Amino acid sequence: MRRMRGTRLAAAALALGLGLAACGGSSDSGDAGSGSTGDGAQLKVGLAYDIGGRGDQSFNDSAARGIDRAKQEFGLDIKELEAGAGESEAIKEDRLRQLAEGGYTTVIAVGYAYATSLAKVAPDYTDVQFALVDSEDATGDNIANIVFAEEQGSFLVGVAAALKSTTDKVGFIGGVNTPLIQKFEVGFTAGVKQVKPDAEVQVKYLTEPPDFTGFNDPAKGETAANGMFDAGVDIVYAAAGGSGNGVFKAAKAKGKLGIGVDSDQYNLPGLAEVKDVILTSMIKKVDVGVYDFISSVKDGEFAKGVKVYDLEQGGVDYATSGGKVDDIKAQLDDFKKQIVDGTIKVPAQK
Amino acid sequence: MRRFAPRAVLLGLAAPVGALVFAVLVCAVVLAATGHSLFDTIDAMVTAAQRPRTFVNSLNSATQYYLAAIAVAIGFRMKLFNIGVDGQYRLAAMLSAALAGATWMEGLPSVLRITMTIVAAMLVGAAWAGVAALLKVTRGISEVISTIMLNAIATYLVSYLLNPARLAEERPGSNNIGTRPITEGGQVGGIPVSGSSSDLFGLVFLAAAVGFAYWFVLSRTRFGFELKATGLSESAAVASGISVKKMVLLSMLLSGAVAGLVGLPQLLGSSHEYSLDFPPGIGFIGIAVALLGRNHPIGMALAAVLWGLLDNSANALDLAGVPREIVGIMQGVIVLSVVIAYELVRRYRVRTEQREVGKALGSTRDPAADGPKDDNREEASA
Repeated sequence: MRRMRGTRLAAAALALGLGLAACGGSSDSGDAGSGSTGDGAQLKVGLAYDIGGRGDQSFNDSAARGIDRAKQEFGLDIKELEAGAGESEAIKEDRLRQLAEGGYTTVIAVGYAYATSLAKVAPDYTDVQFALVDSEDATGDNIANIVFAEEQGSFLVGVAAALKSTTDKVGFIGGVNTPLIQKFEVGFTAGVKQVKPDAEVQVKYLTEPPDFTGFNDPAKGETAANGMFDAGVDIVYAAAGGSGNGVFKAAKAKGKLGIGVDSDQYNLPGLAEVKDVILTSMIKKVDVGVYDFISSVKDGEFAKGVKVYDLEQGGVDYATSGGKVDDIKAQLDDFKKQIVDGTIKVPAQK
Repeated sequence: MRRFAPRAVLLGLAAPVGALVFAVLVCAVVLAATGHSLFDTIDAMVTAAQRPRTFVNSLNSATQYYLAAIAVAIGFRMKLFNIGVDGQYRLAAMLSAALAGATWMEGLPSVLRITMTIVAAMLVGAAWAGVAALLKVTRGISEVISTIMLNAIATYLVSYLLNPARLAEERPGSNNIGTRPITEGGQVGGIPVSGSSSDLFGLVFLAAAVGFAYWFVLSRTRFGFELKATGLSESAAVASGISVKKMVLLSMLLSGAVAGLVGLPQLLGSSHEYSLDFPPGIGFIGIAVALLGRNHPIGMALAAVLWGLLDNSANALDLAGVPREIVGIMQGVIVLSVVIAYELVRRYRVRTEQREVGKALGSTRDPAADGPKDDNREEASA
């Protein structure tokens, strides 16, 4: 039977791989485009999600909240498509084209992964208005770029971490080592150093691209956080999507603290068990960006180009749920004011 | 030597076709269980395949899958399992992208530039596979283990190199990072297809040439004979004077060199740079395609096209309200069932052949009852 062994091993490995890939997406598009009882002049909105799609408890879900709110208020005809793991550029491009050709006059590409494909697609459909979340790389007369000043929000939670740390050692755990997540790291480090120049910031990224599992692997997050806690760190900022759950779990087991990301994670039902270790969260309001964009299209006020959602706009912020930062709120708000009026310039790149 | 007989051809087709039918049945059950219509799904896939753009994209995907499958198949024929195709092609694509995009390359004639890029990619792929080969021949380390580990090392090496301080380009404000884009002279133009917004990769001909070379070397040269012989029986190969170590080294280097080509159709035909969104995972798809195509140059081409069509019809399914994951289920079931189907067909063939021999010799006893366990089980000769 030796001859068959390699073949069987290959089949098993593949089945496992494919199975895991299939687990990545939880599709929930059943009710899309059917729920509304519109007047016939509904806006047709197509969404192309990044990997994970609706239901990822993180970035995509935030966009989904925005579209849900818009749907409730305006009654939209929505079609939601999502990306597959490791798919080619051509498939992303095809997804956007199918939406545009399907009569969806407003198309939102969620995630910088769509930048290249959108740049190719947009010029071919001049009557369609596109939005691109998290990237300025694709520009055009019918493209609006919705980007966030993640470094500013991260700066504030960095300040909070420094003020609350008793060991003067704090940690940063990034999901995947990409320029986007480095923005979080740079802002966080700047915030820590602003308050305690001598404090140490330990940095760890869970995976390197093209391995994007770091955004959705709580076990990796837990291991990394445990390593930091053992080295004397007492607060860890997890900019790692779903992997953050593992960071909070480790913090809970060791009696330390964690900082959440994207949503106000203290209030997420999925994190109820560990919410007492969540010091604060860096909120990135993708939902507001998406809602604003649809609203502007609805009102016939589509504006091309970059719109930055920063502290001033309320696009990023720190969360106060749980009351753990109530005692330092005055200091945080003071820094917030200084960033808004330009006294403090937060770096966005290493 | 096997005679050409209609039944042999039928038996050869029985396994892949049976597996395909079985996979469709499983998908039908899954669809029914989740409340989706099988006919809607098939309708959406067929409609998608007829759209020129989807068809061209499928062929483009298939071009890369085919190259990956050949890289895997070279190892398979030697009973070597090169799981490292994935790391080999990513590292090769990244380094050759950096070379092709370099400013000093711009002065060179186009043909020279493209040739240099292709050769560089092959060398890098071969070198990366060579590490595993060296470990195997000098220390006896299983190539399965070492290539899996080298995949991870390649990932980190690429991340290290893909940095503005090293091979990547500084792009302020961008959330992507990549090598310097390859200017027009270094690109391989596509073949326009009417009705499609994307062109057919020019390097589809490279894939075809590699497929031809694979067939030629394996079935028409002494090297190919020695490679297959070593794969079939190492002790017999040693006894007939073949150096197994040399064969392991050479076949891994060849496998790696072909793996190095996997990323090039995308790199030179579409992306023109190696950045964070360069498609990963094609090496693993190559394993599936090689299994499905039974290491046969034509079989793998068909399997690659099937795989490409499935991948590229996922969007249409999503649009029709059918979860795109059904494609992944279908692919997984095809691979699993094709392995089982080949084994079933093999046993059936052995049994009928022995029965015929028995008949010819005048014996009526059914030899299948003895549970044939001979070593004559490699039927997929090219």
